[in-house]
Amino acid sequence: MATQSVPREARSSSWLRRAAKPYVHPYVGGILLGIVLFLAFFITGNGLGASGGMNRLLVVVEDAIVPDHVDTTPYLLEMAGGDRNPLDSWVVFVTIGVVIGGFTSGWLHGRLKVETNRGPRVPIRLRWVMAFVGGAFMGYGARLARGCTSGQALSGGAVLSVGSWAFMFAVFGGAYALAYFVRKLWN
Amino acid sequence: MTPFPLTLTDFLGHWGSYIVYLLIGFAFGFVLEISGFGNSKKLAAQFYFKDLTVLKVMFTAIVTAMILIFLATALGLLDYNMIWVNPTYLWPGIVGGLIMGVGFIVGGFCPGTSLVAAATLKLDGLFFTLGAFFGIFLFGETVGLFEDFFNSSYMGRYTLPEMLGLPTGIVVLGITIMALLIFYGGEMVEKIVGNKTAPSERPRWRFAAAGGLVALAAVVLVIGQPTTEDRWEWIADEQEALLAQREVQIHPGELLEKMYDKRLNLILLDVRDEAEYNLFHLLDARHVPLADIKAQTDDLRGEPANTLTVVMSNGEEDATEAWKILVAESVPNVYILEGGINGWIDTFASAEFKAAQSPADASRDQLVYSFSSALGSRYSFARPPLHEFELEYTPKVKMKAKSGPTSGGCG
Repeated sequence: MATQSVPREARSSSWLRRAAKPYVHPYVGGILLGIVLFLAFFITGNGLGASGGMNRLLVVVEDAIVPDHVDTTPYLLEMAGGDRNPLDSWVVFVTIGVVIGGFTSGWLHGRLKVETNRGPRVPIRLRWVMAFVGGAFMGYGARLARGCTSGQALSGGAVLSVGSWAFMFAVFGGAYALAYFVRKLWN
Repeated sequence: MTPFPLTLTDFLGHWGSYIVYLLIGFAFGFVLEISGFGNSKKLAAQFYFKDLTVLKVMFTAIVTAMILIFLATALGLLDYNMIWVNPTYLWPGIVGGLIMGVGFIVGGFCPGTSLVAAATLKLDGLFFTLGAFFGIFLFGETVGLFEDFFNSSYMGRYTLPEMLGLPTGIVVLGITIMALLIFYGGEMVEKIVGNKTAPSERPRWRFAAAGGLVALAAVVLVIGQPTTEDRWEWIADEQEALLAQREVQIHPGELLEKMYDKRLNLILLDVRDEAEYNLFHLLDARHVPLADIKAQTDDLRGEPANTLTVVMSNGEEDATEAWKILVAESVPNVYILEGGINGWIDTFASAEFKAAQSPADASRDQLVYSFSSALGSRYSFARPPLHEFELEYTPKVKMKAKSGPTSGGCG
């Protein structure tokens, strides 16, 4: 029966370095994500979010370094003015949960690996620069739109907000419009 | 009474309730990761029609959540009024969305997925996250320059069924079918552009899943969403008891005291005829005819937690009807002025004013006093001085903590 034995490699994966498993089928992922989103609304009345939590975590740092500036900027004042605690918001905890959940899944499924995903012809440093630049656009746009893909598109979309649907088409529209011009980044 | 959403702070405390959000975030991050959203190549492939994972996951999630949410509201398990619907700021949303589209294709992530990527040690995810923090910082510093635009085209809580003038069930079913057609088209494109021919990518069970979604959406359509009358029926027993025990009718003296309470956001709703309102009304009372009360409920629910709403008519009948609508539509802290405007005048008008009157018989909710001129709230007893009256009454207002979210989305 030796021919039937499991390859040694797969069996001996240590608790830290597991064999990478494939991603779930997109529709399975979508249904699971939909159930999570539903439960969020059902239990708490709030949807999901990410950029709002990042915003508040950032404001904690700003408030520690330049409290006077925070107290005189209306947009920041709402979150951290005077004795307000920017961490005192549900979205901060969702955001922290996302990081822990992502890490746990990556670890369980053997995808916890230091790497840089990039197009085949893109130097690694260019990819980092582009990631930073893209992130800056994303962060800026997300705050202007009052929510990111999670807080606006997913959450607002599921509860049929008109603005969220318009937003969703704008995101896809913007990305598709530019995709051709940056095709060398990914292909 | 619709049991969900829960008022988490009631049994977990203020900070304790955040544990639930931590768990929801955990599940969210976990699902994003197993769907491949921690991998920027997979995300970007969406925009070259090679791998439509992003589209499939997002739309499947939206459709699944939408159907479950509106099934729960149709069955009376979940209160749609109490869940956060992103308010529409049309143009800031569209412009922000376009900017995000640029960030998506250049950077390869959106904020949530970049956190997952960074958590699984993807360096591009880490740089994207840092960039996102920088963009958010930049926004905080520059939003003051275009504050007007940022707050423009505000439409409040505006939903697709309202915009289209269709029942919610039709919209839910329509979006479900539209999504399935998009998936069908997407798979065709993948086959052509991405050379995806592996049958394992197109399992048979997905037809069953699609059929299941359509069937559930059809159930949502058949049951229909609750009307104000349905919502009142669910709570009628409990609320009729409060009315009968006169727990929600407040004495004019108590209302006067509340008018001077600066910690309260007091909203007075006068539901009488316009003519009667013009003759006399309480200071700062808003004229909202009974027929228009329901249209006010969205705004009233959006008021801050220290809001007390008092409805009034000449007597109590119309005010009670208005109260029922407001309570059925989940407006918190609503009370009725005991004895209505007649009772108010009786309590606070001067002896001379009353001496000149021959009060008519108050049959059904009629104004018993007559006015020689329509001075509105310029009569002294529209808000009499607080300390001139020694009144005895049982205070009934108990401010309840606001349930349901006041700010959500990515706030």
